Order: sequence, then structure tokens, then C-alpha cells
Amino acid sequence: MDLQISREHEMVSQMVRDFAQREVAPIIKEWDRRQEMAPDILPRMAELGILGVCIPVRWGGQGMDYISLGLVCEELEAVDTTLRVVMSVHMGLNSLGVLQWGTDEQKQRFLEPQARGARIAAFGLTEPGIGSDVSALASSARRDGDSYVLNGEKTWISLATKADHVLWFARTDPNAADPHEGISAFLLETSTPGVTRGDLHGKLGVRAGSTGWINCSDVRVPAANRLGEENEGFRIAMSCLDNGRYTVAAGATGLIRASLEASVRYAKERRAFGRPIAGFQLIQQKIARMVQAYESARLLYLRAGWMKNQGLRNTRETSLAKWFATDASFEAASEAVQIHGAYGYSDEYDVERYLRNARGAMIYEGTSEIHQLMQAGYALGMRQDVPLRCELPAYNPQVWQT
Amino acid sequence: MAAKILVYIDHFEGQPVLSSWEAVGAARTIAAALGGDVVGVVVGSGVSGLAEQAIAHGADSALLAEADALKDYRPEPYASTVAKMARGAGATVMLFPTTGRTRELAGMVAVDLEVGVTPDAIALEVKDGKVVATRPIYGGKLLTKEVSKGPEPHLLTLRARAFPKPEPVAGKTGAVEKVAAEVGAPLTEVSGYKAAESGVSLTDAGVIVSGGRGVSNSPKLTPPAEITDEKQKEIWRAQQGFALIRDLAGALGAAVGASRAAVDAGYVPYAHQVGQTGKVVSPDLYIACGISGAIQHLAGMRTSKTIVAINKDAEAPIFKVARFGIVGDLFEVVPAMTKAVRARLGK
Amino acid sequence: MNIVVCVKQTPDTAATVTVQDGKVSWGEAPLVLNPWDEFAVEQALRTKEAHGGKVTAVCLGPETAKEALKQALAMGSDAAVLISDPAFAEADSLVVSAVLAAAIRKLGDIDVAFFGRQAVDSDTGLTGAQVARRLGWPSLSLVAAVRSVDPAGKTIDVDRMLEEGRQEVRSQLPAVLSVVKELNEPRYPSFMGIRKASKAEIPVWSAADLGMPQMPAPALEWPEVISPPKVDTKCEIIQGDTPDQIAERLVGRLLEEKVL
Repeated sequence: MDLQISREHEMVSQMVRDFAQREVAPIIKEWDRRQEMAPDILPRMAELGILGVCIPVRWGGQGMDYISLGLVCEELEAVDTTLRVVMSVHMGLNSLGVLQWGTDEQKQRFLEPQARGARIAAFGLTEPGIGSDVSALASSARRDGDSYVLNGEKTWISLATKADHVLWFARTDPNAADPHEGISAFLLETSTPGVTRGDLHGKLGVRAGSTGWINCSDVRVPAANRLGEENEGFRIAMSCLDNGRYTVAAGATGLIRASLEASVRYAKERRAFGRPIAGFQLIQQKIARMVQAYESARLLYLRAGWMKNQGLRNTRETSLAKWFATDASFEAASEAVQIHGAYGYSDEYDVERYLRNARGAMIYEGTSEIHQLMQAGYALGMRQDVPLRCELPAYNPQVWQT
Repeated sequence: MAAKILVYIDHFEGQPVLSSWEAVGAARTIAAALGGDVVGVVVGSGVSGLAEQAIAHGADSALLAEADALKDYRPEPYASTVAKMARGAGATVMLFPTTGRTRELAGMVAVDLEVGVTPDAIALEVKDGKVVATRPIYGGKLLTKEVSKGPEPHLLTLRARAFPKPEPVAGKTGAVEKVAAEVGAPLTEVSGYKAAESGVSLTDAGVIVSGGRGVSNSPKLTPPAEITDEKQKEIWRAQQGFALIRDLAGALGAAVGASRAAVDAGYVPYAHQVGQTGKVVSPDLYIACGISGAIQHLAGMRTSKTIVAINKDAEAPIFKVARFGIVGDLFEVVPAMTKAVRARLGK
Repeated sequence: MNIVVCVKQTPDTAATVTVQDGKVSWGEAPLVLNPWDEFAVEQALRTKEAHGGKVTAVCLGPETAKEALKQALAMGSDAAVLISDPAFAEADSLVVSAVLAAAIRKLGDIDVAFFGRQAVDSDTGLTGAQVARRLGWPSLSLVAAVRSVDPAGKTIDVDRMLEEGRQEVRSQLPAVLSVVKELNEPRYPSFMGIRKASKAEIPVWSAADLGMPQMPAPALEWPEVISPPKVDTKCEIIQGDTPDQIAERLVGRLLEEKVL
């Protein structure tokens, strides 16, 4: 049992913290108001290697471990959720999926440029009519010789208009007895004829991020772009969520920390009734609960990251970490607003943005309700994880760093 | 044996750095305590007038080294020459005004003489026959006393405006002894100068003058008739107010700041904003004009060493953090301050 | 080019620094690579990237100061040396410069040495110039721009930030540069650099390793460290009959209090 973060991990956290604090914190409010992604964010994250942090060096990445990915997400979301969202879709939901399921040829074509940050990746699962119920997926993929023809629309897609690659899920067998079984996954290039896309605005939170829709109308992709086997898409999607949810859990932990730090600072500085409000027990209680939430959330996601490093199946642990951290981050941000009073309710301070940004994570990548059902299912013996044809590879420094 | 207190007269192309005279004044005080003479040290080309000025400001005599090769400040020949003068004079203590040049120069002379050097002292006292200097460390969070236990002279550079500047005495004379410069083979050559960049950045500024919403608040000002829109009238008034703030900032060599209220109202660009959502600053002097002092503004400036508040409203929270306050109309007070600063600091 | 960058480990500038029992304390605040030295490391790396060669980071300090060297390695320095010896405790700038000059001599064949303008703890700003003097190299302090480097001709052109403006200087190499923050934007450590740094075995040189059996004695001592006197936060309202009179009184008070 070793709960000590290594010096290497500390340096990773520090590096990403410096980047986010120096380059993003000063401008984020403005871009949040504009509902646009700051143009420098993706190029800078690419340049610094963040977009390929835990991908092996031979596939264009930085060769760090899965815990590093979590730490990076914590630091990014401590400044703004939109930064972490990039990691969730580009790394968690797409790149790690390719690492886990892809052929060497697919890794060369898709993962390598993604890890370098030369290509941006997104994840196309959610549709206008389906969210939690993936079995109802309506997009279709029709086999035609050496290719597939894709039709359908995806929505609430992070980085929809920024991405070069999308991991696209579509129904290949409309007649499958179990509707989960008729889905396949495709590595779609957004430059392919027939792909159209756009941004969605008016979101409550993550306003400095890019969220949109992507439509495929008779889009032809080579059969070589199918990830995994035909009709293996549902299992692939769920395995990607194990990685995406991990980044969400770690990020939400960063949001709790940001709420805590802002609250501590303000409580010491703001005076009421002749003393700093930090002296009042009801304020102290809020602070104490944030500390509790932060430490618990961090332990939960670090355990999930450790399991990934070991090559252990972590669907249950990752779900628990994601559910706990996202609910707790909303609570922490809300209490941070309360501590800041009217100032917290305005964009004078960052906490109102934290609150708006925290809300979405209780919906995407498995609603809090879905995670509760999963946890109950595991506890009651109604749910069991079946081994996958391809598991996420355990972290091996020798393999990753050469 | 009588003490010899040497004072290096720093100059740029023959123009004296005025805090050199403050160093002469400080040297006089030390000389009085130790019993001894104050000797001005002048190095350069065409700088003999500085030796006389040093004497006029209180030096008993002066050492002068002139050479064409010393026209431009280059640390190596300057250090060799100053070290030679200090050695020759048997200096007990040597003072320099703190500048970019002298910090380096004093350090190098100290190496030549294998003696201790105290940079940027803000106070001096004489105790048991030795100079005890006080200087800030940790960015001014602490002060340390520093004293030489080694061979003499103890070299010290003195922070500008930390010591009183003596008035020159017209007609005061003293011996000016010429010393041969130690030029040596040149290692560097100065190819030119570029003027200092204008405009002072907020975060680096030693002094900041800031304006708030109150800057637009002068009913006495009548906007030109062609401005009919009420918002534009307000901005026009604010521009007049910020022009006054800029004048004062110019006189003080200060940066211009603003509260969020002034930035949001469109009076000045965001780059000037001080506060929670703007820059966090910690200058030696922060002058808040027409700023009420909302908590988010205070968060950005309350660690300033000295805060001056100018506000019409005597109850404004800004006065709670201010060291000095003026309850009055900034449109009257700020121009008067600009005048007073120019008169007193000669800028 | 054979490049050396001298760095120091200091408390973070955000630290609350106090005096406790006559000793300086920064509580739990982390120790970091002296912020000014980041600019020096950056310039060393850029020089290497432009002209080839090797960057060696050198730090004088206790064993824990290896962390500052690891930062320099993580940013991209090729090698690091810690100089550590109980004999160097209570060193003043005279001793520090002698030690660093000896280290640079021992490294041998150095073309240029970079320093930050000052350390944020002791705030002396003397070390670069003093090391240059000991080595007999030109001192280029307050460097705000490096205009060109000619490794073959052994010259470097820089701008120095003097109060009156920028002085343009051409200097022979080897030289010592102490740099200001206008010079560049320091890079973050890279992930690969972090990995390399965390595995690096940093050699430690003692006084004996430097061939300095005879240490120069420090010339200075520090009888007392104090917290600055608490400023009276009570607001002094300046009054007068006319705005001019009020303004003059205020400026007078600011001069008296040495604010101006």
C-alpha cells in the first residue's frame, strides 16, 4: 500500500497547473462570456504534450501513466472545466479507445497524430433521441463492398467543430436480437464528404468549450476504419466510458479544489459583524465539507487510475469515482457561491462559473442516476463485468517510453 | 586613524544620478560618527564637474579618474579603477547609490578587494565603530541587518530616496585628486543606446495611480454640444478625469490603474484593471482616485505598501485600508498633486 | 556551445515569510527554482537550440536544492551539479561567487554562463557580476535581449536594461550574463523532461571536489533579521484650505515617510 504520489507526478501536476493558471485563468472569463473556445487552447495543449500525456511514445505520446492523466485533468479543471472536457473526449473517449481496441495500422493512422495533438479527436455516441439508452442508437452503417456507408446525426458532441477524427457509433445489424449487439464503432475523418457539423450555444455551463452536432449523410468510410469487430461497438463504447469517466472524476475533483481554495481565500478576507467570515462556524462547516469531498474524490479517482495502471478492470470503481466527484463538485461550487454571497452570484468571482460548469458532469458520461443504478447493481449482485476481447493495456514504463 | 568614507558618484553620460547626493549625505553622517572624511569618487570621461558637485553636496574632497575609454559605462574598467581608488585612499566604507550599474560595479570591486558588499540598504547606523546596514530581503517581506566583519572597506549601495538629499553649498571647495584610470584590454564595447520604453506596466510599477467610477463624476465639466448621448457624455467626462490621472502618473513615473467599475463603464481598457478580476498589484505607493474600495478591488491592491485614497465620500471603504486620505474632489486634488509632485521631485 | 546556468532554490514568492526565534521561516510554502533563474535557464536552452552544445545547471545549496536542479533538467538542461558542503553555510556573496567560479572552472571550457538577475530570498543581485569578476570574464548584467551570438567569432551582442534606457553591448565570450524577465518567456518542463529529471542522479560536489581546501571567509554577518515595522493602518486625513495646500501637505508627508 503506497498512497504517496511520486515526485514525477507532482512535477506533472505543477507543470499543468502553471500552464492553466498562467495562460488560461486570466482569459477564461472573457471566452466563457463569448461562448467560444479560446483559439490558443488546443494548439498549446498539443505543444505541451498534454493531448498525448498517457499514450506510449511509439504512438506519438508522452509515455506517462494513467495516474498522470488524472492529475492533468484535476489541474485543468481547477481552472476551467472546458480544458478537462478536451481531455475527456480527445484522450479518454477516443485515443484510449484506439489504444485499447485498434490495430497497429489504426494506431499509426489515428492515434499517433492525435497523441501529438496534430489531430483532434471526438466521440460520437449521443444522438438527438438517445442518451443513457445506447441500445436505441439510430445512426446506421451499411456495409458496401470494402466500405461502410454512414447515416445519422450525433449531438452534444464536445469538440464537434474542432475535431479531425470522431469515434462514430452506428448500427450495423438492425435485426440483432439484442439491440446492444448490432452496433459497430468507426474511426471517422470529419473531412470525409457528407459530414456536416455545427456548434450549439446557450449551454448553462462549459461555455468556453466547443459543443455541437455532427451529421453523416451517405458518408463512405473504408472497412479498415472499423474499430474492433463488427457488432462489437457497444462493448467498445462502454470501455471508452470507463476512461472518459475517469477524466471526468479527476476533473470534478479539481473543481472541488478550486471551490475550496476560492472559499478559503474569500472567507479570510471578507468581514462581517466585525470579523472575517472564516470565524463563523456555519462557514467553517461548508469549508470542512469541501475538504472532505476533495480528499474523498481524489482517493477514489487515484484508485481508479492505479487500477488502470495495473491493468485491472475498473468499471465499478471509475463509475463510483465519477458519480461521487461530480455530485460533490456541484455541491462544493454551490456552497462556494453561498460563501461569496452576492459577489459569488456575479461573475466578479469565478465560483458562479464553477457552479454552472459542475452541473453538466452530472448528466454526461453516465448521469448520476445511471451510476447509482450501476453501484446498486454491483452491490446486489445484479451486475457483473464480463472480460473484454481487448482490455485497456496495463501501464508498462518500458513499453510506454520506447 | 581617520575614517575615509568614499562615495561613488554614479552618472549616465556625465549626468549625475541624483541619489548620488543622498549617498554623499549619508556618508557625512557616517563620517561624523566615525570621525573622518568624505571623499567623492568620480569615474568617466569629461566628468570633472561631478567631482566639484560632490564637494558642493558635502564631500571634503574628490578622486577623479578620466579617460576616453571610460566614456561609456563598462563594468570592467570602471571596477578596476574604483578598486584602485578605494585601495589607494585606504577606504573604511564606500557608498554607492543603488542603480543597475552600481550593483554590478560594487560587487566587482568587492571581489577585487575581497571585502563585503551590502546592496540596496535602506538605513544605516554606526555601532561600535562599524556601519550597520538595514536592507530588505524576501522582496521586502523582511529586513536584515548586515555588518562587515572582514577587511575594510565595507561597500554599500543605498536605495534611492531612502536617505535625505543634502542641498548643495555654492562655492564650497575641496581638493580634487586625479587618479590614472585602469582601463586594460577591452572585453566589451558599447554600440549604442535605445531610449527606455515608455509606459509603465502595472505589475512592475513601483507607483500606481488608479481611477474609479468617480472619475466621470464632475458635473462642472460640460461635454461638447455634439455629444448628445448620455453614455457618451459620461465617457467624455471620464476621459477628462483619466487625463488628470495620467498627468499625475507621468509626474510620478507611475502606471495607470482602474477599478472594474471604470473598466466596465468603458472609461479605460481592461489592461488597466486592478482587482480580483484584473491585475493583483503590490506597489510601494497606490493612489486610488474616485475608487470606493469594493472588496474585489481591495483584493487586487491591499498589499500595496502605502495607499492614498482620494474620494468625495468620507465613508468610502477605501479609507479603511488607506494610510493617507483626502476627502475631496479629485478634479481639484489630482491636478494640485501633479503640480506639487513636479515642484518637489523636479520631474 | 558549452553553456552553464547557475540557479538557486528559494521559497515561492507567494510564501508568507516571517521571523521566528531570529530565524527566517516560510512555513509550509514550497521551495522552488528561483523565479528569476527560470529566465536564465530558458535563455541557456535557447542558446543551445540555436547553436548546439550542452547546458549544465549548477546550484549551490543543501541536498534538498536538487529539486531546483530537477526543474532545470525537466525544462531541458542536459546535466546538473549540486554543490553542497557544510563549509558553505553562512556564505555571503563573496563566498558564493568564489564557489560558483570554481565550479565553472572545474566544468571547464564554458562559453557562456547565465544567471537570474537576483534570488528572491537574499535579493542581493551580486552573484553574476562577482562570478564574472573572479573568472576574469565580462559581466553582462540586466540583459533584456540577446541580439546575436557568434560561437565561432566568440562574441555576443546583448541589450542591457539600464535605468536610462537599453545599452547595446558587444562582448567577448566567454561571458557571464545575468538576465531580466523581459528577455524571454520561460518554458514549462516537458513530460519527457520530467521523467528524465525524476530519474536523474545529480552529482554533488564538495569544497574538496572544487579544489577549495581554503574557503574564503565570509566578509559579512547578519546580526539580526526583523519583520518590517507594522505600518499604522489608521488613515491620516490630510486637510487644508485649498486643493493646492492639501496636495502639498500630502506630498510632504509622502516624502517624510520615504514613500516617494
